[in-house]
Amino acid sequence: MQNKGIGQVLEAKDVSFRYQKNSPWVLKGVNLTVGPGERVALVGPSGSGKSTLSRILAGYEKPCQGEVLWGGEPFEGSGYCPVQMVGQHPEQAVNPRWKMGKILTECWEPDEGLLQRMGIEQAWMGRWPIELSGGELQRFCILRVLGPGTKFLVCDEISAMLDAVTQAQVWQVVLEEARRRGMGIVAVTHNMALAKRVCSRIVELPKINGI
Amino acid sequence: MDEEKSIFWNRRRQTACSIWAAVAYLAIGLLAGLLISPQWYQVDYHMVFAPPSFIHPFGTDYMGRDMFFRSLKGLSNSIMVGLASTAVSSVIALALGVAAAVKGGVVDRFVNWCVDLCMGIPHLILLLLISFMMGRGAKGVLAAVALTHWPELTRLVRAEVLQICSAQYVQASYRMGKSWLQVAWSHMVPQMLPVYLIGVVLLFPHAIMHEAAVTFLGFGFPAEVPAIGVVLSESMSYIATGKWWMAVFPGLLLLLAVLLLDVAGENLKRLVNPNSGNE
Repeated sequence: MQNKGIGQVLEAKDVSFRYQKNSPWVLKGVNLTVGPGERVALVGPSGSGKSTLSRILAGYEKPCQGEVLWGGEPFEGSGYCPVQMVGQHPEQAVNPRWKMGKILTECWEPDEGLLQRMGIEQAWMGRWPIELSGGELQRFCILRVLGPGTKFLVCDEISAMLDAVTQAQVWQVVLEEARRRGMGIVAVTHNMALAKRVCSRIVELPKINGI
Repeated sequence: MDEEKSIFWNRRRQTACSIWAAVAYLAIGLLAGLLISPQWYQVDYHMVFAPPSFIHPFGTDYMGRDMFFRSLKGLSNSIMVGLASTAVSSVIALALGVAAAVKGGVVDRFVNWCVDLCMGIPHLILLLLISFMMGRGAKGVLAAVALTHWPELTRLVRAEVLQICSAQYVQASYRMGKSWLQVAWSHMVPQMLPVYLIGVVLLFPHAIMHEAAVTFLGFGFPAEVPAIGVVLSESMSYIATGKWWMAVFPGLLLLLAVLLLDVAGENLKRLVNPNSGNE
């Protein structure tokens, strides 16, 4: 736990969730605390609610019961959310009608060095998302949310669509940034080797899920 | 040389030209209609059924009225009905479609019910009913055509808004601290615009055709007003006797308006669409 005091604690308190009123519970009584600068891998079989939990942690969904606390308080309704999420489908996470340059700078302007380390070429900026591959898009999606306002990153299978070399490159950038500013990370992954390499703690969702 | 030409004559220029052509045609049609005085197409029994000539480029009809000015005046009337009804219908469609998609629940069901109701009644009968209720004439046609062209567009708008609201990039935009106004302006409006353009392109000829149909059936413009519908329905009785110019020229004017708008809309659609925008 390095860089103590810079970030804040992200905490899921007794979170239960289901998509419709009478549908079965996806999550029940889940408790998870991630300290500042801590990197937690969330693993579990397909359909065990990993993505749902990450959406709840990032504030995309409201839990049916329980709450998500950031530094001991619920999220503010408006303004830049300190907890940002990167999803597993980059092609859905970008506006198909925007050019890449506009997508990348929707809320901040990354400097040239960061672009280079992420492997983003200037020539891509004038293209539409449909003209880039999933891996190329994902780099934009990651860099887009690495703005100065981001204190915590939820990564839902962010590297599943990348080849091994790119995967290493992307994670290196994310980890460097996380270390530099004491950013906490929750990473959902199927890849145990990656989980062990990237994260300081591994949480198996079925074990903390009370269904 | 050939390559150079294709670079110069690219889609952007093509689109710009087609839009300007359509706008110019509509503007000229409208202006001409407003400037033409009824004296220019007065009844003149010395000149009954004159074929196209230098004095009467489109010929004359059974009362010796000049078809060129009558057609132009008619076109301008039709364009006005088309513009008004397109404007009204698209606003109704926007309001209902957005309300249905955003509010959901009872509002959504009510709007869908209205759409089904309007689409369930044969369009022409609905047109006649409204026109008759409003006392026929110009007011009747205008109300009838304006109030019956929104259901299809409403469905489109509703589906589009539903889709955009649940899109990941919109939700992500909210999480990045954008207000709903910013999101609506930067994400939703650009997405809706093509649908709107296509809707307008489809509505406009529809409205003109329906105006003509209602007028043809005697529930629209009175016979002395030179609307394209009136002109065409009159020419029907004489076309078998070889008076081709009475139907061909007004028909061509109408066709040109519809075609120009269609080409402009199609080009615009392709330019806005990312799948073909960089071609």
